[in-house]
Amino acid sequence: MRREETLAGYLFLLPNFLGFVVFMLFPICFAFYIMLTEWSLSKPPEFIGLENFEVMLEDRLFWKSLSNSVYYTVVAVPTGIFIAFWLALALNRKMRGIIFFRTIYFLPQVTLTVAAATIWRWMYQPNVGLINYILGLFGIEGPNWIHHTAWAMPAVIIMSNWQGIGSAMLILLAGLQGIPEEYYEAASIDGANGWQRMRYVTLPMLSPAIFFVVVTSLIGAFQSFDQFLVLTNGGPADATTPLTLYIYNSAFKFLKMGYGAALAAVLFVIILIITIVQWQLARRWVFGFEDN
Amino acid sequence: MSALQPTQKRKTRFGQKELLRLHDLLVYIVLSVVGIIFLLPFAWMVSNSLKSIKEIYRLPPTFIPDTLQFSNYIDAWTATTFDRFFINSVIVSACIVLGQLFTASLAGYSFARLRYPGRDKIFLLYISLLMVPFTVLMIPLYVQMRHFGWVNSLNAVIIPFLFTPWGTFLMRQFMVTIPRELEDAARIDGCGFFRTYALIILPLTKPALATLALFTFLSSWNSFQWPLIVLGTPAVKTLPLGLYSFQAQSSMRTPWHLIMAAATFVVLPILVAFVVGQKYYVRGIVTSGIKGGG
Repeated sequence: MRREETLAGYLFLLPNFLGFVVFMLFPICFAFYIMLTEWSLSKPPEFIGLENFEVMLEDRLFWKSLSNSVYYTVVAVPTGIFIAFWLALALNRKMRGIIFFRTIYFLPQVTLTVAAATIWRWMYQPNVGLINYILGLFGIEGPNWIHHTAWAMPAVIIMSNWQGIGSAMLILLAGLQGIPEEYYEAASIDGANGWQRMRYVTLPMLSPAIFFVVVTSLIGAFQSFDQFLVLTNGGPADATTPLTLYIYNSAFKFLKMGYGAALAAVLFVIILIITIVQWQLARRWVFGFEDN
Repeated sequence: MSALQPTQKRKTRFGQKELLRLHDLLVYIVLSVVGIIFLLPFAWMVSNSLKSIKEIYRLPPTFIPDTLQFSNYIDAWTATTFDRFFINSVIVSACIVLGQLFTASLAGYSFARLRYPGRDKIFLLYISLLMVPFTVLMIPLYVQMRHFGWVNSLNAVIIPFLFTPWGTFLMRQFMVTIPRELEDAARIDGCGFFRTYALIILPLTKPALATLALFTFLSSWNSFQWPLIVLGTPAVKTLPLGLYSFQAQSSMRTPWHLIMAAATFVVLPILVAFVVGQKYYVRGIVTSGIKGGG
């Protein structure tokens, strides 16, 4: 009986585990070797130790792409969560048509990024684009958006937030719906006004959901790729080349596998640090964090 | 903020009812304005997909085309091999969805219900690798695909994605909540482990399977970066790649009306899939918040 169960357990796991080992575990281990080599694929890899990381320190494009990733993340994530928060608050009411609005806000999220970025590329056209036309109606002369070094990144951020707000909004909405109504009633009886109810009931009760959204958004932002490639292809003058695009270019455009893998390792470490720091900070502001 | 007040249960003093109604109206107006902003790019896409090349570059831009040029859709479809891309996308998504449902539900059952040495350690390994970003994986995986001779073959975008730690995790979490009594009864009646899985557990897991299927469909249908790396020849390209090369190759006087038509027929199937299966998608987002791999 026990032996039968053990056998069944391994057999059921086998197809999944096989794929897991071959296409995940092995490549990850392999990556550690690749990042220590110089390898253009046409010749066998040459072991060079940590040289890729030394080169990186002097590489202007590495620092540029890293700062682009930070710029994008630091602006896109807080603005996105801020808007998602207010939308979730507005949707958290028992009114007719709420599901209809929720669906609309979520549509961009399921749209392929390639198609979404294509539409926005057309809307961002300086002369014939819709956005500058609408700005013109309000007497504002729109910038050159994706063709301008200072405006290209905001253009990507706006498009990304339009597309990505849906899931953050949904998680926050689920969090809001989980707050018992009695808490608000009790707060009202104690004479709490709207702002106080927000500060002392909503925010603490919602903090686990906010924490979750912050962590996943930060990680997601650092991994964004599609919209950068399609909307701006990193330009103009590398103004919108994030780390992911630089990794892609290094490996598959310039065929520097070793350098690409080394850059990818840096990206991974950054994501790891963000996660750890967030978990540490969480103790201070996330309600009930220690209990979990 | 007052947006939080549970509007229904509040005791209404004289005049407050009207105030609340006014408040609701304001919220509706804000939601509608935001809704229009969210829908505008889609509306613009459809509107532009029906214009002539002359009208698309005309200033000021028009929202309703002079004449609806439905022929744009045929022109876009035949301008490059979109039928091939479409078939490829269907093949890839179908294989990945079916494969993941199979491997993830089997392994999920194994992790959730069966007891054997090493189980929890393996599960921990699965969970810890959930964190590894695809960017780290793509270079070694590409080398591996070259080694297998799978570059420029659909194998490269299907086979590595038949297995999903995320989906396995989802399945396991769901199956743990199924009452054990049902299973025990089946076991006493002489059902083997596989029959118990197939006849008792799977039917009860339908909602989670639907969530996984929808997530996997959307993420494989939308997948771009990995196909871009391993699929170069037109014969094996999927829809996102096809759309990307279609809009990237046009240079002078870009035929944006055709590009918008192409974008429309690429986006439409997923919007339909989402509206139909919304319930399951919302559940997946709320329970995990992570998009499936691929």
